[in-house]
Amino acid sequence: MHRFANPARFTRLADRVLPFAAAGAVVALGVGFYLALFEAPADYQQGESVRIMYVHVPSAWMAMFIYVAIAVASAVALIWRHPLADLAAKASSPVGAGFAFLTLVTGSLWGRPMWGTWWEWDGRLTSMLILFFLYLGHMALLNAFEDSQRGYRAAAILALVGVVNIPIIKFSVDWWSTLHQPASVMRLDGPTIHPSMLWPLLIVAVGFKLYYLTIALLRIKSELIAARLRALDLATVKAAEVQGQTARG
Amino acid sequence: MRGLALIVARDLRLALRQSADAWLAVLFFVLTAALFPFGVGPEPNLLARIAPGIIWVVALLAVLLSLERLFLADFEDGSLEQLLLSPLPLELAVLGKVLAHWLTTGVPLIAAAPLLAILFNMDLSGLGVLLLAMLLGTPTLSLVGAVGAALTLGARRGGVLIPLLVLPLYVPALIFGVGATDAALLGLTARPHLLLLGAVLLVMLVITPLAGAAALRQAVE
Repeated sequence: MHRFANPARFTRLADRVLPFAAAGAVVALGVGFYLALFEAPADYQQGESVRIMYVHVPSAWMAMFIYVAIAVASAVALIWRHPLADLAAKASSPVGAGFAFLTLVTGSLWGRPMWGTWWEWDGRLTSMLILFFLYLGHMALLNAFEDSQRGYRAAAILALVGVVNIPIIKFSVDWWSTLHQPASVMRLDGPTIHPSMLWPLLIVAVGFKLYYLTIALLRIKSELIAARLRALDLATVKAAEVQGQTARG
Repeated sequence: MRGLALIVARDLRLALRQSADAWLAVLFFVLTAALFPFGVGPEPNLLARIAPGIIWVVALLAVLLSLERLFLADFEDGSLEQLLLSPLPLELAVLGKVLAHWLTTGVPLIAAAPLLAILFNMDLSGLGVLLLAMLLGTPTLSLVGAVGAALTLGARRGGVLIPLLVLPLYVPALIFGVGATDAALLGLTARPHLLLLGAVLLVMLVITPLAGAAALRQAVE
């Protein structure tokens, strides 16, 4: 695994994957949104506003998926001290926060015509809000220390403690019977949603995953470049110091 | 076990010598709760209905107020490093510190809760469940808070960071704590809520000393 701790090797691999991930994301999101907006039928009860679902549900999946990914990366970073895992966790949390925010906003927009309220303190909405705050805490803790290594370590521990909340979010719709509808895709007895609606949903979900992969790889790459720049700066300063000393001495 | 008792005894002695700190949390608890009748109006029925929620939220904030001190003094005067060097497992030391923190903030809050219940005109039939729920819930607040306090040692703006890290993780304790009291007030059984509170406490009792010790190690490193 430490083979990929080498920045040059990682960058080469990332450069090879990136075009496919980016192109895949564009194609999947294009096809997915086309199917969702034009081909999928309007819901017999919810009408056209059901199309919000094709953004709302995949971003909710992504918000939870990315938090689990951060927790896994954090565990790897803490156990094997793998430097790329730290960077992966750092690269992921703003993306996850973005998806959590998108879930909350689209949920609110959907809730207004469906439930007649922008916001309802039901289990799933509340736990998604908490997930959003967990992301914010993770980002704040990462940037709170002079020494970036300390920030990585602290944020990794926080991510592992916070992952307890993920099952609560996942099952909240089954445990609390409030306004939110129960799970209809990820069920043991198979999805209860018609294929004409399921397919666009899954394609958009794949598109979001590829988008996340693209962004994460780009952000890790830029972190590596930033680290190299810092090292160069430090070397220049040190060289100038040495020169000054020899000139004086 | 002896090391754990020593740490608890030391922290309790320190807290007694500077008893102003412990009083501050209780004072904050009562004072902030007293603001609610001004904020929502003095209508007795309304106050009685929201009393459990207010008591829980205010207790949460009072605990939050006392968290920054939890490791900071030891971190600054170097006793934290001594703790790390001692043969006592650091996880046990964290547990000792948490226990002392709970005894000096959680227990006084529980003792002050009946006062607030009376002030808010709460139906006293629910008082027993409220106290039981707080007895199960406040140790969770101390345990989770200790992780937040340990993580922010030496951070810029550490005091501002702690609420951001800790409050989201407090929500389960709050939900089940208020749920238990509300159920009792409605004449339903509070058992499931209390069991869930106990379950949260047990999970946190396992996770947080590990996380807290890991956080302290990297803070001192």
